[in-house]
Amino acid sequence: MFPYIFRILLALLAVLTLMPLYWIVVTAFQTPSVVLAFPPSLVPSPASWINFARLFNGSEIGTWMANSLIVTGTVTASNVLLGTLAGYTLAKKVFPGRQTIFWTVISLMFVPSQLTIIPLYALIVKLDWINTYQALIVPALIMPFSIFLMKQFLQTLPTELIEAARMDGCGEWGVFQRVILPLAKPGMGVLAIFTFMGVWNEFLWPLIVINRSSMMTLQIGLNSLQNQYYTDYGLLMAGAAVSAMPMIVFFLVFQPYFVRSITIGAVKG
Amino acid sequence: MSLTRTVFRERWAYLFLLLPLLLFAAFNMLPMAATILLGFADYFPGGQPVWTGLENYAYALSDDLFWKALGITVLYTCGVVPASLLISLFLAYVIFGLKYAWAQVIFKSAFYLPVVTSGAILSLVWLWLFNPARGLLNYVLSFAGMGPYLWTSDPQMALPSLMFMAIMGGHGAAIVLLTAAMGGIPASYYEAARLDGAGPWRQYWKITLPLLRPTLLYLLVTTTIASFQVFTQVLMMTGGGPDYATTTLVYLIYTDAFEYFDFGKAAAEATLLSLSLAGIAVLQYKWLASDVEY
Repeated sequence: MFPYIFRILLALLAVLTLMPLYWIVVTAFQTPSVVLAFPPSLVPSPASWINFARLFNGSEIGTWMANSLIVTGTVTASNVLLGTLAGYTLAKKVFPGRQTIFWTVISLMFVPSQLTIIPLYALIVKLDWINTYQALIVPALIMPFSIFLMKQFLQTLPTELIEAARMDGCGEWGVFQRVILPLAKPGMGVLAIFTFMGVWNEFLWPLIVINRSSMMTLQIGLNSLQNQYYTDYGLLMAGAAVSAMPMIVFFLVFQPYFVRSITIGAVKG
Repeated sequence: MSLTRTVFRERWAYLFLLLPLLLFAAFNMLPMAATILLGFADYFPGGQPVWTGLENYAYALSDDLFWKALGITVLYTCGVVPASLLISLFLAYVIFGLKYAWAQVIFKSAFYLPVVTSGAILSLVWLWLFNPARGLLNYVLSFAGMGPYLWTSDPQMALPSLMFMAIMGGHGAAIVLLTAAMGGIPASYYEAARLDGAGPWRQYWKITLPLLRPTLLYLLVTTTIASFQVFTQVLMMTGGGPDYATTTLVYLIYTDAFEYFDFGKAAAEATLLSLSLAGIAVLQYKWLASDVEY
């Protein structure tokens, strides 16, 4: 008896949770006159691509998407590489200052972005980086969490592997490249997903350092779309649909990795 | 002497860490120190900082808007976090009890989709759902004879509207973590309880919930911190209004810094925010983790 009520409630909550996403699609495919009609139509009939045509003609959404890909791709690659290198060093090497450096990384992980953002903005202005890729990329090239995650992951590898490689005449870089990198792949995959999602959805920082439309990322591009077309819901939902698509496809393709990234990411402290 | 020798022998370790450490120094540590210093100065971009001691803090703490923003932020957090956690616990329990693995995956994915969707996208669609004249919410409620409501345009309803939106969207990660933790509980515990005649409710209350405590504590701390920093929805949906009804702390810092360019005051407020966040995390661990065993 009870389990059935629970399951009906589960299904109901799932439908309610997905409703906003469904509503994006419905509105995006309606003609502007249907969007304005009341009561609203619950399916897009007649379905039309006109909002998408108006979106691509009336905004730079293609450029925003490219900017988001460039920034997120670069930051993700750099975090995975530097995070693995530094994580390996902190996990497997013994050297003076290791503990201090590790605890510094841990503490930086808990610093909220609001505590750095004002002087960081002043620095970007001084460097003349406003409206550039550098402003979006350079401060995020390595994040403390990336090092922490890879350190936790690589700590479980047997140290004998590294010693054996060294006996076989591997240099320091050789050990990293031939032994560590291949074994670190699952951890790197998790870190890549984590970083990609975080950077792709970042809002406050690009909002502050970018004001030229051609340099915007998707998220703040959507914000400017909202300021410009604030009552044109057909066009706005087309923009939302186009922006949501890459992340949703990415999520569905890498679904098992996502699950792992959430559980691994939670083993903080 | 021997220290320099060790350092030299391990030079690769330092080389591998050099770039990250330089970047941290430039983009994390120095800005952090600068924020704390700026809190004690009068500074507008392009000008010279003038030391003013505690003036920014005195100003912020005597400013009605600061206290109002703090109250709004606390209210938002206290509404969103417990409701979200309770719903997540319920959902995780029901999903974990589903017989088929594919059904579990489908429901977990369904609840995770809004999490991979950015705050900007969700803000756009919720503005449309909340639209007083033609939005879906007022339409649905009209069947129950309710409304029409102004939602985000009504000073009384704006904050609850944002809270409702947050509660409706944020269960994906919690469900994944909770079901993973539930999978780690040995089945023999439940068998023993069943032999002792414990029903499902008693099993949940006496076995599942206590063993989920570390996960719940982690979720409590992370969702509290995230709720305390709510920003995107406020900027895109209400602009802190109407009548400052949704001006949260981070939004206040944002407007002070990047609309009024009063960097000193904003830095003082950011420092206060960070201290409160640290305080909350410490308190939650103190209160709740005393008997949690990891």
